[in-house]
Amino acid sequence: MATLGELAKLIRSKNAGPFNLTFDVMFDEEDTYRRVVASNVLTKEVFCRLYNLAEEKVLLVHHDAARAIKISIPRPVFSCDLEDGDCYGGQQFGPLVGLEVPDA
Amino acid sequence: MEARVLSPCGVIGSGFPESSFERGLSMKPHVIACDGGSTDNGPAFLGAGKPNFSRSATKRDLKLMLQGRESLGVPMIVGSCGTAGGDAGLEWACDICLEIAREEGMSFRLALVRGEQEKAYLKKRFKEGRIQALDPAPPLDEEIIEKSAHIVGMMGDEPIARALDEGADVVLTGRASDTSVFACHPVRMGADRGLAWHAAKILECGAACAVHRTRPDGCFAWIRDDHFVVEPLNPQMYCTPQSVASHTLYENTDPYRITEPAGVLDTSRSAYAAESERAVRVAGSEFHTAERYSIKLEGAELVGYQSVIIGGVRDPMILKQLDSWLNGIREGFETRVQEIFPDREAPPAYQLTIRVFGRDAVMGALEPEAGRIPHEAGVLFEVTAEDQVSANTMAATLAHFALHYPIPEWGGLISTLAFPFTPAELEKGPVYRFNLNHVVYPDDPYEMFPTETMEVAN
Repeated sequence: MATLGELAKLIRSKNAGPFNLTFDVMFDEEDTYRRVVASNVLTKEVFCRLYNLAEEKVLLVHHDAARAIKISIPRPVFSCDLEDGDCYGGQQFGPLVGLEVPDA
Repeated sequence: MEARVLSPCGVIGSGFPESSFERGLSMKPHVIACDGGSTDNGPAFLGAGKPNFSRSATKRDLKLMLQGRESLGVPMIVGSCGTAGGDAGLEWACDICLEIAREEGMSFRLALVRGEQEKAYLKKRFKEGRIQALDPAPPLDEEIIEKSAHIVGMMGDEPIARALDEGADVVLTGRASDTSVFACHPVRMGADRGLAWHAAKILECGAACAVHRTRPDGCFAWIRDDHFVVEPLNPQMYCTPQSVASHTLYENTDPYRITEPAGVLDTSRSAYAAESERAVRVAGSEFHTAERYSIKLEGAELVGYQSVIIGGVRDPMILKQLDSWLNGIREGFETRVQEIFPDREAPPAYQLTIRVFGRDAVMGALEPEAGRIPHEAGVLFEVTAEDQVSANTMAATLAHFALHYPIPEWGGLISTLAFPFTPAELEKGPVYRFNLNHVVYPDDPYEMFPTETMEVAN
């Protein structure tokens, strides 16, 4: 068992414009990328449970050339509105880091 | 055909090594281009018309670019000047450019392509139903247009191309799509639009497409008939097919479809291969022309003026009832505010935002672990009011009120907050919000972006 944070080259979040957030989980090795995708550890359903969102709001893409899983959501609060706490959206990926990936 | 493009760095003012830039010049670019803006750092820059990077850092980068342009006799383009690309930012960049020209004895034909929008024009288009909301978007009506501090339109490559067609050597633009600035000249030279726009998407972030970008640096592209090649300028950096493919993920919701004014860049069939140990070859990218040409709008409006207080809580008794304690402060303060404006009939309207660092200040509603009690917490109180004096007045009272706000467990006067500063309250100034995520359907790509050209002679 390893965590997503241990297996990924990079897990990041960022604004995609002021109204959307996007999450990238990227891998160095093709095998690791395939293993994580096949494990279903990070699916729309998992993401929605973790972030308390409705599935129809979530776009999830497997980008094979980048060996990346990409997830985009509308921002719950627009960037820099009074209630927003993360202007760049750069610190929203934390809950993904500890997801446990079963051994292949 | 071959169009060569030099991108010195991801954003002007962020800096780049001279050695990288010289290497870029030695590869004989047809154009030197750089982006100057972003919405990433928030609405304050559009709202207040202030740039994110300093004048001196911007001048340093711009001077090297102007000298490089002059040495090769090729055009130079800087997009989204002054961060937000409003009139204030464009004038600021123009002023720096003219100062450099005077100091260095440079002469060139300078074009300024404006991106700031007239409210009357936008209201007219709104009435005609030619402004459409993207998803998600804040609500829009004529009043919202009217009360915006500034609104910019994100120009495509066409107005920039026209300035070049009319003989400009240096083009400074208001808000432009980051990619337009780089795709413009290759498209003018007859490059395939899919390849030119995909190359532009990579070039616009400088060396961000490299595997390890150790500092802000640049990138070079060769756009040819059926492929393009990208390479970082710094010999110590390198690209791989994966690092270049990954770049379409950055700051995009959909990595395969990137919307531009004239259509959509489609990278779903793009193929990435190593050209050398440092360069990557990309083929198969497509550009699909949209049925209607659209210009994205960005707007900022003033929310109010802020004064903020930062305090730490370490008392386990308060921490276990933090929400009820903070709610008590919020409610008690509502009453207390009534007493501090004796010269007014009613106290000024205000909004109090309270964030708890160490718990859910970063993620808010998205935080799965919000219920956990930390051993200490940072509390940020933000008072937002219609004017700065009112915000300061209320924050000063709030700091004292919260400092001694009781909990039932302790008898006697308590001091609840560890303040790192004195005075505890900080004047934060005006606060803005983004108020538009909309597109306009103009008659043509030019009507929103007037251009003025001048001969700079020294």
